[in-house]
Amino acid sequence: MAAKSSFKNMVICLTVICLVCSSLLAFFNGLTEEPIRVAQAKKTETSLAQVMPAFERTEARSVELDGTEYPCYVATAGDAVVGYAVESSVIGFGGTLKVMVGFDAAGTVWSTMVLSHSETPGLGAKCTEPAFKDQFDRLDPAVKSLQVSKDGGDIDAITASTITSRAYTKAVADACRVYAALSAAPEHQE
Amino acid sequence: MEKMIVSPSPHIHAPASTASLMRDVLIALAPATLVSLLFYGWAELLLVCVCVLCCVLTEYLIEKFLMKTPPTVSDCSAAVTGLLLALNLPASCPWWVALLGSVFAIGVVKMTFGGLGQNVFNPAIAARVFLLVSFPSYMTSWSAPASIADAWSFAPVDAVSGATPLGIVSEAMRAGQPLDAVFAEHHFSYGQMLFASMGGSVGEVSALALLAGFVWLLARKVIKPYTTLAIWATVIGVSAVFSLMDPSSYTDPLFNMLTGGVLIGSIFMATDYVTSPMSNTGCVIFGFGIGLQTMLIRYFGAYPEGMSFAILLMNAFVPLINRFCHQPKYGRAK
Amino acid sequence: MNKLQIITKGIVKENPTFVLLLGMCPTLATTTSAINGMSMGLATMAVLILSNITISAIARFIPDKVRIPSYIVVIATFVTLLQLAMQAYVPDIYETLGLFIPLIVVNCIILGRAEAFANKNGVVDSALDGVGIGLGFTLALTLLGLVRELLGSGSLFGWQLIPSQYNILAFVLAPGAFIVLAYLMVLFRKVTAKK
Repeated sequence: MAAKSSFKNMVICLTVICLVCSSLLAFFNGLTEEPIRVAQAKKTETSLAQVMPAFERTEARSVELDGTEYPCYVATAGDAVVGYAVESSVIGFGGTLKVMVGFDAAGTVWSTMVLSHSETPGLGAKCTEPAFKDQFDRLDPAVKSLQVSKDGGDIDAITASTITSRAYTKAVADACRVYAALSAAPEHQE
Repeated sequence: MEKMIVSPSPHIHAPASTASLMRDVLIALAPATLVSLLFYGWAELLLVCVCVLCCVLTEYLIEKFLMKTPPTVSDCSAAVTGLLLALNLPASCPWWVALLGSVFAIGVVKMTFGGLGQNVFNPAIAARVFLLVSFPSYMTSWSAPASIADAWSFAPVDAVSGATPLGIVSEAMRAGQPLDAVFAEHHFSYGQMLFASMGGSVGEVSALALLAGFVWLLARKVIKPYTTLAIWATVIGVSAVFSLMDPSSYTDPLFNMLTGGVLIGSIFMATDYVTSPMSNTGCVIFGFGIGLQTMLIRYFGAYPEGMSFAILLMNAFVPLINRFCHQPKYGRAK
Repeated sequence: MNKLQIITKGIVKENPTFVLLLGMCPTLATTTSAINGMSMGLATMAVLILSNITISAIARFIPDKVRIPSYIVVIATFVTLLQLAMQAYVPDIYETLGLFIPLIVVNCIILGRAEAFANKNGVVDSALDGVGIGLGFTLALTLLGLVRELLGSGSLFGWQLIPSQYNILAFVLAPGAFIVLAYLMVLFRKVTAKK
């Protein structure tokens, strides 16, 4: 029932199939490019809105500290800077823990949000719950020490998940240092 | 622990002798049970009763209504599983968690595979791991024994809860703290570990009581010493090598023998006839594998306690071990 | 067999999950909740129907020696189209299913049906076979997801029913997945054997 497997036939068949498929893919890619970009931008917007005070526009930046690149965002309303956000990654218990840390213009941690994690359900995964996460809201690093209480700081760790708690706290602490570098840079730098 | 002698020849021991083996195991477990009841009081009594009752009931109901065969609960194997499970749970464990564990141990691990003699994995250990994964917060809050009077009083006591010595050490090791500092900070002492006053699973505590049980089982010829001694030798050997190399990062042999489930696991769980190899050489290999994996998980793995996982992993290897290590057919009296 | 039988065969007698045991990897990985399982099943069904139709239509033009590469290219194209569409229009589900969407390409069900049915039967029959098998897969995944979600997270399609301290976490993880799958398989065989 299939065509004869001659060299000519095989080449023609594969070429035709590949041509048709790639054209289809190219067409579709063009069609969906814009919606995908919009969806991804919206996702970042939502997370930024959660961690910073109200703003009108955001500008993406990148800060390098100790050899690691940190994606950052500067939020403005009108001409004034309203806040900053830093995407901080640390190694948690089960893998990378990505936290978006938002600051207000004064340098206080406004809020935090977990972007991705591989922590243990029921233990480390509780870091996304308000009971732990809300500790970092409106936190002033000068007043509250960014360490878990076991290490002499002011953060209450999750029961039986000290490693995840430490990682999260470190993520916030790293973000604070990036903030310091970010806010020190002259504004409206192109 | 079921003592069904699984041999190729078609004779199956009558339930009567299985029952007498099981009764010997129950007697062997009695000292450890009594010590733990003493220290943990009403909470522990509830746990033991729930586990034993639920295991027996589950087996009875499944055999009578699902499998439609005459119930075999009189051979006491379900009761032994129940008791072993209870001794592996924290005293503060809620009763319904214990119930779930018992149903899992008998229903899923034992009965689904065919009942007595057919299961691949040790039911009590498998249930413990299932509960550990399912309820990490309940299963990792161990209370240090309050005083005996407190445990048996009716007033609710705020027992000092926290991690076991293994848990504390494992966390400290991850954070890079030197061991002697940790030991000093928490006042660990071997005497305490031996005589039962540290936080830990009821089976971890009271090493002496467990050892007494071991002697009884050997004397009554219920088990052969090969598996247990192989486990001990491997645990001691591996921890000796590592702790001599770097005493501040690796715990020493005595600590490893007395903490975690090494004693209860090596004496009562790894020696379960159904889920361990048939030949003596096989038992030694089995024990070596368990000991090695326990230490590897303890030193390099994410979990502080490795014994439960090690036993389950080696249970899976048993059919393979049996294939390569043949024992001459069991004859008359040995 | 008639057209209706083709569809029901895929749901009952040749259910890919409970009878054929194909496509186990996404089955175990994406059924942490009912919605995830259902989405995965529907996505796979979409690809299956499209690839069955296409392969059935062009099968006689493909030389036997290049059969497999040709089928794979066709399947991969459809999966990529699906992936782009999901990323653009249902980004939340796309994020949750993550890596498993591109993995539909190597799902044994798709290539298996192409080989076993689509290249020997007409376009309409192949389409119906895709519908049947796809429905069977979706049903299995949704059922598995339902049980795992209820026992492991205490919710049903997102509605929290059981408080979190009673959630048996093992069912959200791999071991529980295997165990639930095993028992569902037994139940399925028992129920369908009686028919």
